[in-house]
Amino acid sequence: MSGPNEPLLEVRDLAVQFFTYQGTVRALEGVSLSVARGEIMGLVGETGCGKSVLARSVLRLIADPPGKITAGAIRFKGRDLLTLSRREMRRIRGNEISMIFQEPMSSLNPVFTVGSQMLEVVALHQAVGREEGRRICVEMLRQVKMPDAEQVLAKYPHELSGGMRQRVMIAMELSCRPDLLLADEPTTALDVTVQAQVLAILEGLTRQRGVAVLFISHDLGVIAQLCDRVAVMYAGGIIETAPAGAIFAAPRHPYTRGLLHAIPRIAARQESLAVIPGSVPSLVDPPPGCRFHPRCAERFFPCDRVVPPFYEPAPGHRVACHLHAGEEGRRSWERS
Amino acid sequence: MAGERIGAWGRGKRPLRINVFDEFRRQYAWQIRELGFMVRLLGRNPSAVAGFAIIAGMVAMALAAPVLAPFNPIQISLGDRLLPPGGAHWFGTDELGRDILTRVMYGARISLWIGVIVVVIAGGLGAVIGAVSGYLGRRFDDLIMRVMDVILSFPPLVLAMALAAALGPSLNNAILAVAFVMIPKFARMVRGEALAVKEKQFIAAARASGAGSLWIVWHHVLPNCLSSVIVLGTLILGETILIAASLSFIGLGAQPPTPEWGAMISVGRKFLMDQWWYATFPGVFILVTVIGFNIFGDALRDVLDPRIRR
Repeated sequence: MSGPNEPLLEVRDLAVQFFTYQGTVRALEGVSLSVARGEIMGLVGETGCGKSVLARSVLRLIADPPGKITAGAIRFKGRDLLTLSRREMRRIRGNEISMIFQEPMSSLNPVFTVGSQMLEVVALHQAVGREEGRRICVEMLRQVKMPDAEQVLAKYPHELSGGMRQRVMIAMELSCRPDLLLADEPTTALDVTVQAQVLAILEGLTRQRGVAVLFISHDLGVIAQLCDRVAVMYAGGIIETAPAGAIFAAPRHPYTRGLLHAIPRIAARQESLAVIPGSVPSLVDPPPGCRFHPRCAERFFPCDRVVPPFYEPAPGHRVACHLHAGEEGRRSWERS
Repeated sequence: MAGERIGAWGRGKRPLRINVFDEFRRQYAWQIRELGFMVRLLGRNPSAVAGFAIIAGMVAMALAAPVLAPFNPIQISLGDRLLPPGGAHWFGTDELGRDILTRVMYGARISLWIGVIVVVIAGGLGAVIGAVSGYLGRRFDDLIMRVMDVILSFPPLVLAMALAAALGPSLNNAILAVAFVMIPKFARMVRGEALAVKEKQFIAAARASGAGSLWIVWHHVLPNCLSSVIVLGTLILGETILIAASLSFIGLGAQPPTPEWGAMISVGRKFLMDQWWYATFPGVFILVTVIGFNIFGDALRDVLDPRIRR
């Protein structure tokens, strides 16, 4: 069933909605994404565009209520995660897919030592005794280049720095040898220097073990440095997917271009920062057609009516924008 | 012993020889520091000191009763009946010639024992119920909390009386009745804490690494609620002693000849006009004990709550 060419994770037409007092928030709509074995896939987008919702949906961690996965499929190693029972899903979590969160401050329970929490996770997934478990924990901490691994086990989370805590989390999550790691902005809360260290450790360990990573960030610099492929999200949908090199060298979607343009450059003297005009649309009542059209400088007649399908202007480079439609596409608008 | 290390934030030179005690101190260094810090804060709080002194005095009296008490608490000696305080009988004697001081001292054992057992049962069950209810939420939470509301809607004494009467008058049944009445107090509080704890990211992280709900409740939610349970337990201990004494007073708790404070007041009431000491001394001890637990519980809450701590 799962051949060597089949992606490890394949999300197809996923839709997630949150039912709130303000109305139904269509947090994700028609999201498709694939991650190959051992690949580091970047997911970029503004705050609130649905990156974290996507990652949590993969583990089925959306709080229900108010959230619900309303359509689509999430295939992992050929199995649809959305059809699994809760018990089967629990076995997937941590063992085959694990997740690192943004806030290293609150990802560890403040009332237990690091060691006891790591031991719990090890014991949850592997049948080992105390001594063996302890040895595994120390080994894990060494692998994330933690100095004094033995002593760290006896410490409480508040005695560690942010970078150390995040390294503990990485060690914990990789201890069960997952095939896929969901990293939800793991370095956003860290200093830039610490961030570089943590990223280097994360990349080294995952490459060495062949762990695929879905790396969520709004930091394009980090994505450029780390990822093989990149998906760009806007207002609940993926609008462009491409190899990392291509997306930075030749972005196709006007939003991606705007994002890249908005990075301040040290070399160029700039009077003011470049911005994309307007703001992120409400997901309760998203604009019709292309969700980016109200802010797009290059919009033309189909944009506010037709939801753009994916076009493939270059091999492996997919973009959801009418600008890249061929003859065929043009004819289809004229019919509508 | 090793007093100078307790509360010291820096890590001094470790002794070279390793023994079990040092190992223990090293492993739990943080807890020892925290405990030392708490003790010093409590020491600065006059009502905590007063409350603690009362509780300690009662506990010491209860433990030492067989050694310190001048007489046998149930030995009848009709020749000495209803003697006023003074001489050999500091608190006087009752209508069967038993020494009231002795009986009050033995009574402390019973009252404190009831209090501790009730708080352990009610606190344990209440905390588990509250944590599961708060963590699971939704219909389960609604159901459990409405049941708790029903229990809470009765005055605790009345409900405990009804239960104790239904179960039959005995000390053990009184304990069960009071524990049952106290469960919702713990459950409600722990549920509130659980609602706050379950939004923390370490819960999401635990779920993401495949932990089940009950595992999370046991390993993450309950330990985070523990300090509040201890504070509430201290406060409720006082109330429990009062209710248990009331049950004994109306004959639903401890049965004669058990020297229970409430039961003593109950009999002594008949002699109040002429032999004031009979009902008064057990009453004073109930009063002092309950006040002791209440003010100590209040002070403990101030110290354990970092938001109030200065």
